[in-house]
Amino acid sequence: MKKLALLLLAGALAVLCAGCGNGSGDADKKSEGVMTYEEYVAADLESQVVVETYVQAKQAWWEDKATLYTQDKDGAYFIYDMACSEEDYEKLTQGTKIKVTGYKAEWSGEVEIIDATFEIEDGKYVAEAKDVTSQLGSDDLIKSQNQFVSFKGMTVEAAGQDDAGNDVAYLYKWDGSGQDGDDLYFNVSKDGNTYTFTVESYLCDKDTDVYVAVKALNIGDTIDMEGFLYWYEGVNPHITSVKAAK
Amino acid sequence: MMRARKKGKRILFLCLFLCFCLPAAAGCHGHKGLEPFVVPEDFDESKQYEITFWAKNDTNKTQTRIYEQAIADFEELYPNITVNLRLYTDYGRIYNDVITNIATNTTPNVCITYPDHIATYLTGVNLVVPLEGLAEDPQYGFGGSGLRYDGPGPDEVIPKFMEEGAFGGHDYALPYMRSTEACYINKTYVEKLGYTLPDVLTWDFVWEVSEAAMAQDAEGNFLVNGQKVMIPFIYKSTDNMMIQLLRQRGAGYSTEDGEILIFNDTTEELLYTIAEHAKSGAFSTFKISSYPANFLNAGQCIFAVDSTAGATWMGTHAPLSDISEEKLVEFETAVRPVPQFDTAHPQMISQGPSVCIFNKEDPQEVLASWLFAQYLLTDEVQIAYAQTEGYVPVTTAARESAEYQDYLSRSGEDNELYYEVKLTATELLLNSTEDTFVTPVFNGSASLRDAAGQMIENTVKSTRRGETIDEGYMEELYRDITALYRLDTGEKNGLSASEKADLGPMPLMSVLLLAGIAVVWALMLLYVAVGAARRSFRQKNRK
Repeated sequence: MKKLALLLLAGALAVLCAGCGNGSGDADKKSEGVMTYEEYVAADLESQVVVETYVQAKQAWWEDKATLYTQDKDGAYFIYDMACSEEDYEKLTQGTKIKVTGYKAEWSGEVEIIDATFEIEDGKYVAEAKDVTSQLGSDDLIKSQNQFVSFKGMTVEAAGQDDAGNDVAYLYKWDGSGQDGDDLYFNVSKDGNTYTFTVESYLCDKDTDVYVAVKALNIGDTIDMEGFLYWYEGVNPHITSVKAAK
Repeated sequence: MMRARKKGKRILFLCLFLCFCLPAAAGCHGHKGLEPFVVPEDFDESKQYEITFWAKNDTNKTQTRIYEQAIADFEELYPNITVNLRLYTDYGRIYNDVITNIATNTTPNVCITYPDHIATYLTGVNLVVPLEGLAEDPQYGFGGSGLRYDGPGPDEVIPKFMEEGAFGGHDYALPYMRSTEACYINKTYVEKLGYTLPDVLTWDFVWEVSEAAMAQDAEGNFLVNGQKVMIPFIYKSTDNMMIQLLRQRGAGYSTEDGEILIFNDTTEELLYTIAEHAKSGAFSTFKISSYPANFLNAGQCIFAVDSTAGATWMGTHAPLSDISEEKLVEFETAVRPVPQFDTAHPQMISQGPSVCIFNKEDPQEVLASWLFAQYLLTDEVQIAYAQTEGYVPVTTAARESAEYQDYLSRSGEDNELYYEVKLTATELLLNSTEDTFVTPVFNGSASLRDAAGQMIENTVKSTRRGETIDEGYMEELYRDITALYRLDTGEKNGLSASEKADLGPMPLMSVLLLAGIAVVWALMLLYVAVGAARRSFRQKNRK
């Protein structure tokens, strides 16, 4: 009897565990008429696409339009200016499953879904950060476009100079023309190559830990980062976390 | 080096705001709003004034520095005035933030703006200060005896630009800088395709060359550039495109008092032409593809239309660039006015930042704002800022100054301050000021402008998606755009600025909102009064 009870308990725990965590089990299934990530990648630009994906982060809501970073277990979908009421926007918490119908487009190298509508579905999935440090500078990196990724052991380089000509670790806007609260731009290097990363101020405003952390960076610091692998005329990650390298 | 594609975040839906919050905001100051501004006899220098200046730059560090320097210099002249700068890179965001702040009575003092936007601000009573009284004031007006700087004289602000900020019988905006649009051209590719670049482009020429550039080899490489990507003609601002097309064709856009005329046969004809070239891939827009400069500099575009204030991004050797060195292609850049239908009578839009002043309860604070706004028209600020891009100064004093003439004469000396493309774009506007025009300003004109561009954006997108562009499509497009931009509010759209004095009865919702606020205040006062009475009663009893 005790053994049976233990078995039942173990079974119940297994079911519970499947429902917890990142819920990756749900992320495997696609409803009828919905594309797999591979089919989405293969779809022509300007064609209509239907995907089921999971909200990873929200960038902005603007005049009944939402911009989202979303991902399933196979890949990511950046959704730009999707029709969305403010009420629905509040429902789009991290991990929320949505079915998105829109058009595949490309803007400055960023592949995205535009002119989209959506419906919320049952399911939850939160992606783990995928370490792409070794892929920086390679042609393979773009395959992870828009995914939640991590970069390990990168060195902070000068982002530019201040008015006195001193090197600085970050800039407000790409050329330093901005102010506190604007996007932060900073340079990090690995193996002799330097890359420009961004704290996108709509995604992470000036009160967020990452915004504060980047403002505290010093040239020469070695850091680990997480963020979304955004593209603008080349890789331009939107960083959501910065920590001293382990 | 990146210019973000940003619109905004988390603001109340504008139309809701315009419907409810502006009347409500006016209600907070009584039905008539703030008292009309009256120029004080003297500026009170014994009191400290802190004013805010919301400025726009083109994501250009030099412009930021010029604003900061201007503020520092001004504060030295007027130690009792502190100017707080808030920077924007987009007129639309300033507009939205102003509207949001009207409701909380926290508008800036001085604000870079477009006249279209001021027309909306004027929905609130006495919110924006008419400037003619200030400009004509003998002490503090243009050339005033009480100024601590050498501002423009009474006739030195170029009248055509001054008129752009005049509507409803008042001057509501000072011009700050002026620009127009220019076509930045890969001349090398035009000639490679067997064409000779004319001094004034026609639309036919641009379409023809663009189609010729679409020829590909068997591997899908474009013959003209040997690359997989080529969008021969990219337009940055499609609202300007439609406005100029209609103007050049003599077709309707709107009347001075806000009657919407844009949904006409010429518009439809123009959209069919645009669709034809979008279908072949010869034409695209900023919103659909990206910045024209990025494609031009990568040898993937031949005709890039953008503001003259974007000139420093254009060309192989442009001082500013968003693309990596390895993507840059060497070519000769030519600059021409936007394409025309009638080359003998070119017409192009006049644009660029203007400055308005918001009314405050303290007239002295408004006067402080005016002193700063006028300071932006001094030669020093005008010349410095105009040099940052293809802008032109708005005063004859600055234009005729030796310093500015020297600047113009040194075109091409380097690829920074004297960058040839920028100087050519500047000369283009200086030589064409009389060919520029603006559209009528009325409450709703900002929406009409957006609608004009959206018709092109929708048509191009639909074409790229394989939709049929025919009469049925146009009917639906007109219907959708009319609804989206609320252009169907009667024969006249909204209120013309000249009619704003007679606002008519308040909307029912506003009345209810104000009544609600009044009831809440009454209840709060009642609560306080009852509390005070009880305390008084208890104290009396204790004694």
